[in-house]
Amino acid sequence: MEDILLLETIERYLNGNMLPEEKTYFEQLRKNTPEIDQMVVEHKLFLQQMDHFSEQKNLRDTLNEAHHNLVEKGVVHEGGEISTKGKVVQLWDRYKRVTAIAASIAGITALVISGLVSYYTPSANNNQITQLSHDLTQVKKAQQELGQQLNEVDSKIPKDAEAITSGSAFLIDGKGYLVTNAHVLKGSGAVVVNSKGQEFNAKIINIDNISDIAILKIQDDDYKSVSSLPYSIKKSSVDLGEELFTLGYPREQIVYNMGYLSSATGHNGDTSSCQISLNANPGNSGGPVFNKNGEIIGILSTKEKYAEGVVFAIKSQGIYKLVDELRESDTAVQKIKMPVTSSIKNKTRVEQIKEVADCVYLVKAYTQK
Amino acid sequence: MKAEINEQILLQGLVNNDSKAIESIYKDNYNMIQAFILNNNGSYDDARDIFQEAMITLYEKAKSESFVLTCQIKTYIYSVCRRLWLKRLQQMGKYRSAGENLEETVPVEEDLEIHEKRNAEFAIMERAMGSLGEPCKSLLDAYYIQKKGMTEIASEFGYTNADNAKNQKYKCLMRLKKLFFAQYNIGE
Repeated sequence: MEDILLLETIERYLNGNMLPEEKTYFEQLRKNTPEIDQMVVEHKLFLQQMDHFSEQKNLRDTLNEAHHNLVEKGVVHEGGEISTKGKVVQLWDRYKRVTAIAASIAGITALVISGLVSYYTPSANNNQITQLSHDLTQVKKAQQELGQQLNEVDSKIPKDAEAITSGSAFLIDGKGYLVTNAHVLKGSGAVVVNSKGQEFNAKIINIDNISDIAILKIQDDDYKSVSSLPYSIKKSSVDLGEELFTLGYPREQIVYNMGYLSSATGHNGDTSSCQISLNANPGNSGGPVFNKNGEIIGILSTKEKYAEGVVFAIKSQGIYKLVDELRESDTAVQKIKMPVTSSIKNKTRVEQIKEVADCVYLVKAYTQK
Repeated sequence: MKAEINEQILLQGLVNNDSKAIESIYKDNYNMIQAFILNNNGSYDDARDIFQEAMITLYEKAKSESFVLTCQIKTYIYSVCRRLWLKRLQQMGKYRSAGENLEETVPVEEDLEIHEKRNAEFAIMERAMGSLGEPCKSLLDAYYIQKKGMTEIASEFGYTNADNAKNQKYKCLMRLKKLFFAQYNIGE
């Protein structure tokens, strides 16, 4: 305890904080006690060192601050080539911030992308197919934005009806019998439009949702029946790799597409359909699939949702099956005579399309409001 | 004449640890020194080190009572930096006789000697303080460097009264002195 007091007194003495009498007394004490005198000298030296230390430390702090400020203001530039360090170390020093930023951006981007991918990718077994029919309200809206073409046409869709879906269909009998997909006809009635833009009223004769085949009959005075169809409907199956083509209405105009048979079975091994590699879009549903001889081998119906060029068609045998079944109960169906020979067998593709196009129709299904 | 007065004001600011004056001197001279160091095998860090050493030397010189600056601040700083850097290059064995350029320099050897001694003392004190450990380090820092009052320190460090803080400070000071003088006397 005494030592503390003594040291405190020495500090007060050295800092000049003593009253005059006290100071004289202390100086007297120093003279008489060499130990105290020595302590005073030692502590003085120490305090001096302490002072220097604190001054320098403060100055160094201020200098560092000034340096930092000037670098921030851009007066001092740090970032050039000359350095005693190795080139790689130098580059690292110079670009480490940039690298860090780039790396974090890359990391975030990767996370976002993988997040998006996993969000939009279904699990592997959950393959999905979409039906290739059109949602018409959307199409119509888009077309209204493009112009008024659709309004100018004197549509045979009843004024108070709303068109829901559209797809393609083709004649199986010149008297006006058409085949399309059942899923195209989501409504109470339908009109069909031929490749020249002419509209006809049609009656839905049968919808078989299981096989996804529907039969329509054109009932319109404007319709002139065709004596013989240019194509036939194939009863036997086709071979893998066989060249195929289709006509359909993914838009208001008829569209041609070609591809090949890629699998004898359809989605999930369905033997009533087959897989075709070709480009198809909503609206192609119900369209005919021809082989190179002009024989209809199937009805284009669905496509793999998350894969391009994977399209499924219902095999043409399904049409015969349905028609045969219906013949027993429905008199209207009994009249259907399906074409068995193709007259376009040895023609060029362009000529084939010209003849066939007249028999491929655009179907618009509507519901009465 | 005006420039001279300006320089006097700046130096006064440096002595008083005025950040504006220091920044001003820094701004006027740093790029020159950086260019010199970079052109002579140095790095950015070297430039910063050397320049700050020179600033400290200038500070010590300006602080001494017998101070008269016989040349411009720029010339003085350049001379010190040049001397310091060439010396450092020599130590690293990279010295290429750089004496061929005849820039305007002033003799600074004496100042540098003092500076080196101060630097050594600074290093000893820094080491001593460093090996003290907490709370001694902060306590002594607060009292001797930040020059805070004992009552303030007591409340800041959580001592119940100034006397207890004083007691602790005394113990710490004794340890520091021991550590410091052990090194210092070897240096002598």
